[in-house]
Amino acid sequence: MMAALLRMVDEFKGFLVETGALFLFTLRFFKELFNPPFEGKELLKQCYYIGNQSLVLVALTGFILGLVLTLQTRPTLIEFGAVSWMPNMVSVSIVRELGPMITALICAGRIASGIGAELGSMRVTEQIDAMEVSGTNPFKYLVVTRILAATLMLPLLVVFADAIGLYGSALVENLRGDVSFQLYFNKVFDSLKYADLIPATIKSFFFGFAIGLVGCYKGYYCKKGTAGVGVAANTAVVFASMLLFVIDFLTVFVSDIFFEF
Amino acid sequence: MKKNPYQIEEVSNPQKAMVTIRDLHKRFGDNHVLKGFNLQLYEGESLVVMGKSGSGKSVMIKCLMGLIAPDSGYIEVMGKEIDSLDQQTLDHLRSDIGFLFQGGALYDSMTVRENLEFPLRRHKKKMGGAVQTIGLVREALRSVGLERAIDLMPAELSGGMKKRIALARALILKPKIILYDEPTSGLDPITAKEIIELMRDIQEKYGTSSLIITHDVDCARVIANRMVLLVDGVDYAHGTFEELSNATDPNIEAFFKK
Repeated sequence: MMAALLRMVDEFKGFLVETGALFLFTLRFFKELFNPPFEGKELLKQCYYIGNQSLVLVALTGFILGLVLTLQTRPTLIEFGAVSWMPNMVSVSIVRELGPMITALICAGRIASGIGAELGSMRVTEQIDAMEVSGTNPFKYLVVTRILAATLMLPLLVVFADAIGLYGSALVENLRGDVSFQLYFNKVFDSLKYADLIPATIKSFFFGFAIGLVGCYKGYYCKKGTAGVGVAANTAVVFASMLLFVIDFLTVFVSDIFFEF
Repeated sequence: MKKNPYQIEEVSNPQKAMVTIRDLHKRFGDNHVLKGFNLQLYEGESLVVMGKSGSGKSVMIKCLMGLIAPDSGYIEVMGKEIDSLDQQTLDHLRSDIGFLFQGGALYDSMTVRENLEFPLRRHKKKMGGAVQTIGLVREALRSVGLERAIDLMPAELSGGMKKRIALARALILKPKIILYDEPTSGLDPITAKEIIELMRDIQEKYGTSSLIITHDVDCARVIANRMVLLVDGVDYAHGTFEELSNATDPNIEAFFKK
């Protein structure tokens, strides 16, 4: 009993230390962000890797999401004679919550683990030290660019996933319900308000920031050895995914205060 | 540990000291790695620091580069105390020091050419402003005999080639000091011999001062002008290869027994 309690205390202490270290890492990011020199070329390269190379995965997920959501909801809406509300319901669900959250979770798996493993292996093989010896600030070159790229690219990926998801939904309605694409999208645009779009977009920036931050933090402070790289990649995904749910809750809570739904 | 006759407090040498380390201490938790290490590297010499694995050789060299902060002690490189430097001055000083990492530490996402161009990004001024980097890259690759590898990725290189490219990268800023961290570890005897020859050629050609961290006796025999033995966190013995290899102290003999 006592041993279990002590273990819990130790784990809690470990959690506090980790949170503190992540907070300091975040502060350092903001400090380095505004200090020249700026690594523009590396930022563009990272935007390409994070953005462009996630497109297919995000598109496929978004398409299936729209398709499945519509197929699953259709029978219930038909039962209540409310099938004409399908575009409104699907668009609000996808734009407000499902699009950002599913895209962010997919990116947490792909981007956070990728960054964690990449920086981790660079740490283990002394490439980060080599960079420092070369007179390049590795934090600025590796960390700032990746966090910034993830922050900038995730909202774009979310918009893309939303669009593809709505197209998937429209396809089902077109095939099953004889609703034209034009009519479907007219109803979608009629139903969406700024109160749906703005919080979702802001949330996406935070999601991107969290994914980049956790991936970089875990990789940059990776423990020595190849096992350390695996742990960095794995914990980056788990920690980033948990953080996404916390951010989601907080942004919904805050936007609920500012926007009337 | 008992003081031995090969240990010296300070060498009175008319040559210019490029690196001075005095009473260096470094501890990682309960592990007290360096317990008052001393060293002086003079202009144009090859100084070999030998020690067992895990004895703190790499920690010492990283303290010297400012990559690890020592707990206490004094480190001076080319007349500048490392501890007192701001980041910009430290970066400038580092451009005069080449560092060959144990595993090469080539950036895997870049080609050989990009690896060699990387240090030039920050030190264009030192290399004469808007220079043609490709010329410097080719010259550095030529000096290690691997000009043909310019467009290869690190993953396509053998262990020996990686060390050579890493050496070319360490040379590209024409440093005054080169630090070698286990230059022959992980290499077969023939490739190790080639790397040792290359290190000697580079020193003759460029007149650099070299600090070599190793536990390879053959490497020390060929390259060392002077040696320091690192035992239990201190500079246990100083001397030439011949002096130390003929010593009767069991702590020193242990290094040279085959």
